[in-house]
Amino acid sequence: MSSCRLAALLLALCALCGCEPRKTNVERGNEARELYFGIGTEPAGLDPHLITGLTELHVTLALYEGLATFNTETMEVIPAVAKSWSISEDGCFYTFNFDPNARWSNGDPVTPQDFIYSFERILSPALGAPYAYMLYDMKNADRFHKGELSDFSEVGVSSPDERTLVIELAQPTPYFLSLLTHYTWWPVHPPTIEKHGGMTARISEWTKPKNFVGNGPFKLEEWRINSSIYADRNPFFRDPDSVWLNGVHFLPIQVHAEERAFRAGHLHLTSTVLPHRVNWYQDNMPERMRFDTALGVYYYMFNTSREPLNDPRVRKALAYSIDREAITEHVLKAGQKPAYHFTPPNTGGSYNAEARLIYDPELARQLLAEAGYPGGESFPTFEILYNTSDAHRSIAVAIQQMWKEELGINVTLYNQEWKAYLSTREAGNFDILRAAWFGDYDDPNTFLSLGETDNGNNHTNWSNEDFDQLVEAATLATGNEARFEIFQRAEALLLEEMPVMPIYFYVTSLLIDPSVEGWHANILDYHLYQSVRLRSE
Amino acid sequence: MLSHFVRRLLQAIPTLWLIATLTFLLLRTAPGGPFDDEKPVPPEVKAQIEAHYGLDLPIYQQYFNFLGNTLRGEFGPSYKYTGWEVEEIIGQSFPVSLELGGLALIIALSLGIPIGVLAAIYHGKASETALMGTAMIGICLPTFVLGPLLLLVFSSGLGWFNPLGWSVASDRFLPALTLGLFYGAYIARLTRSGMLDTIQHDYIRTARAKGLKERFVVMRHGLRSALYPVVAYLGPAVAGLISGSFIVETIFFIPGLGMFFVNSAFNRDYTLVMGTVLFYAVLIILFNLLVDLIQMWMNPRTRHD
Repeated sequence: MSSCRLAALLLALCALCGCEPRKTNVERGNEARELYFGIGTEPAGLDPHLITGLTELHVTLALYEGLATFNTETMEVIPAVAKSWSISEDGCFYTFNFDPNARWSNGDPVTPQDFIYSFERILSPALGAPYAYMLYDMKNADRFHKGELSDFSEVGVSSPDERTLVIELAQPTPYFLSLLTHYTWWPVHPPTIEKHGGMTARISEWTKPKNFVGNGPFKLEEWRINSSIYADRNPFFRDPDSVWLNGVHFLPIQVHAEERAFRAGHLHLTSTVLPHRVNWYQDNMPERMRFDTALGVYYYMFNTSREPLNDPRVRKALAYSIDREAITEHVLKAGQKPAYHFTPPNTGGSYNAEARLIYDPELARQLLAEAGYPGGESFPTFEILYNTSDAHRSIAVAIQQMWKEELGINVTLYNQEWKAYLSTREAGNFDILRAAWFGDYDDPNTFLSLGETDNGNNHTNWSNEDFDQLVEAATLATGNEARFEIFQRAEALLLEEMPVMPIYFYVTSLLIDPSVEGWHANILDYHLYQSVRLRSE
Repeated sequence: MLSHFVRRLLQAIPTLWLIATLTFLLLRTAPGGPFDDEKPVPPEVKAQIEAHYGLDLPIYQQYFNFLGNTLRGEFGPSYKYTGWEVEEIIGQSFPVSLELGGLALIIALSLGIPIGVLAAIYHGKASETALMGTAMIGICLPTFVLGPLLLLVFSSGLGWFNPLGWSVASDRFLPALTLGLFYGAYIARLTRSGMLDTIQHDYIRTARAKGLKERFVVMRHGLRSALYPVVAYLGPAVAGLISGSFIVETIFFIPGLGMFFVNSAFNRDYTLVMGTVLFYAVLIILFNLLVDLIQMWMNPRTRHD
C-alpha cells in the first residue's frame, strides 16, 4: 500500500470518528443520575477491615454504613444503622438502638450480632487488620487483638436483645461517637465472610461483585481492575428516599490525566488538582475548583539521637529559620496553610493550639550560637531524606536554601523511592526525614499521641516523660474543655522540645462540575453519596 | 527444523528458571517490604499478615514454594490488591494490552516498511532525506511527548477523539498511533538499510539485467531479504508492544498490563512482580522462537544449518 493510500485511510478513519455524536460522562450521568468520580488510583481493596487509604474510603463510603455517620456539612455525628443511642453517666457504656429498616444488600436484616461478629473479625490477630487499634477504646479489645485474651465474650460488646448493641469502653472517650464513623467500625455480612474463607481469611473473594454483600446506600455492581468500579443503588438500603443518585462510577484515572478527563466532561469530581494547574483554575474557572482544609500536617522529623540534632536549641534554630509562608505561597501555591504548631486548627471542633513556633532568623542564629555553632561554624553537614517526589524535593530545596542563608549551615538532600524510604525510616537511619500525618479521627489525640515514647509512629527517638503523662492524662480526663487544656500543655512542650518541625497544613483540592450539589467540604474528606444531587442544565 | 524447535524450547527452561530466581533474589534484597506503609502496623500484626502469604517461612522454603507454584501456573494473590489473584489481574489486563499492541504493530508495519522501501529506492535523493528525517522524528519523539501532542491536536483541538478511556472503538486510535509511530520509525530505518544492502547483491543485478520491472525486482526479490533484520527486531519488539506500555496507558487511561509492571515493583507486590516478569519472559521467548521460524522460512540457507 502506498503511503498516500494509507494517509487517506487514516484521514477517513479520523473523519469517521469525528462524525460520531458522543455524549460526555457528565451529560450521561446527569440524565441517568449517575456520578462519575475520579479517585486517582486503583483502590487496594474494598474490605473495610483491611483497607487503609483515602481512595478506599471514598469507594467504601458508598458500600457500607456503620452505627453512626457524619453530617458531612456540619461534621456532627448522626445516626446510621443505630437510629438512636444513649450514654451511661460514667461515659463508659454506649447503648445503640438499631434501625429496624437496616438491611444488607441481599435483604437480610442488619443485626447487633453482625456488628459483634465484625468487631471480632477485625480484632482477630490472625486477620492482621492494619487499623485494628482503632477499636482499642472498647474494653479488652487491645488484649484480644494482642492475643492476651482468647475469649471474645470478655471484650466490651454485647447484645441484650435483637435490636440493641451495648459497647463498653475501657475509659470514657469523648470522641468515641466520631470513631464509629471510621471504616474499621463498619460491619461485614457474616454469612458472606464465612462462605468465602471464614472470619480470618485475608485472601478472599468476597469483595468481588458477584459475591459482595454490603449495607450502604449502594452495592458493588462491577469492578474491572484499573478501569472502573460501579456501585448501583442498593434497593434494601434502610433509608431509600434519602438517596437521589442511581449509581456512582469510580474511575482510577492517574492524577496527571484526571484534569484532562475533567475538562472533557468525563468526570464530575477529581481526586485532586495538580499544583501547576491551580493558578489557571483560580484565574479562569474558580467556581470549578475547591479547596477544603484537611486534617493533616506536613512536617520534618529530627533524629534526636544524632548530634547535633540531639540539642533542642539546634532543632529550634532550624525550625525558627524557615519562612513557612514563602513555602506555601511560592512553592506549594495550592492553598496550604503554614504550620506554626503541630495539631491542625479546629481539630476536634474547637482545638486551636495556643503555643506557636515563630519565624525569627535572628533568634535562630542566637540559639545556634548558644549550641556552639556561631554563624553555622563547624556545624556538621547532615541530610534531609524524603521519598522521591517533585513536590517534596521543591520544599527540601527551599528549606536547604533558607538554612544556608539564615544559619550558614549546609544540608544535603537525599531521596529514596517509597518502600526504601519506609525501610530507612524504620531503621532510624536518617538525620532529618520528611513526614506527614493525617488524623484517623477528629481529635487532637490522633496528632499529639504521635509524640509518645511507645508510639509506633514516633521515629524521632525523642522520649519525654512529662509529655507521655500529659497525653495519658488527656485520655482519662472527661469533657473536651479539660482535655483540650491538657493537650495545650502537651503541644507547648512538643514545640519547646521540637522533635518534629511542622511545615504546613494540608488542604484537599479537587475539581467539581457545576452540576454537582451537596458535596460538602470537610476536614476528613468524608463524603456521603446520599447527599449528592446532579443538576441537569 | 523440528529438532531445532524442540532444542530452543528446552533452552527456554533454564532461561526462565534463571529469570525467576534473579527476580526473586532482587525483590528480596530490595529495601522495604510489601506491608510497609506510611502508618506502620504493629510488628505483631505485620507478622500475622506475613504469615498469610507464607513470608514467615525461611527464605529457601519461600523460594521452593514459589518455584512449585510457578510450575503449576499459580502465582497466588496480589499483596497490594487484596481479593485479586495475579492470574486474574493478568487475565483482565493482558487482552487490553494485546489489542493496543496489536494495533500499534499494524500501524508500525504499515508505515515503517513502505517508508523504508521508498527511502531505499530513492537513495541519495531529496525524497530519501525527507522520509528518513520523518522517521528520525518518530524515533526521537518519546511517547510521553507524542501522546500529549496528538491529544492536543486531535482531541482538544479538533475534538475528533475522546481525551482518554478505552470504551469506544475510536479510543484505540490515538494510543495505538502513539505507540506505533515509534516502532514504525525504527522499522523504517531497518527496512531501508536492509533494502540498500540487498539491492547491491548480484541476484538483484541479474533480475534487473533480465529486464524485470523495477517494482517487481524490489517487491519480489529485494523485500524478502531486506526484511530479515526487521523480523529479527520484531521478536522482542512485539513482546514489548503487547505486554503493555506504562506511559501510553497512563496518558490515555487504558486498563492494560503496563501499569502493574511498574507499580508492582514500587509496591513490592512480590507475587504480581513475579507474575508479570515471567509472563513477559515467556512472551519474549515465544516471539523469538517465532522469529526463528519465520527467518528459516524466509532464508532457505538457515533451514539446513
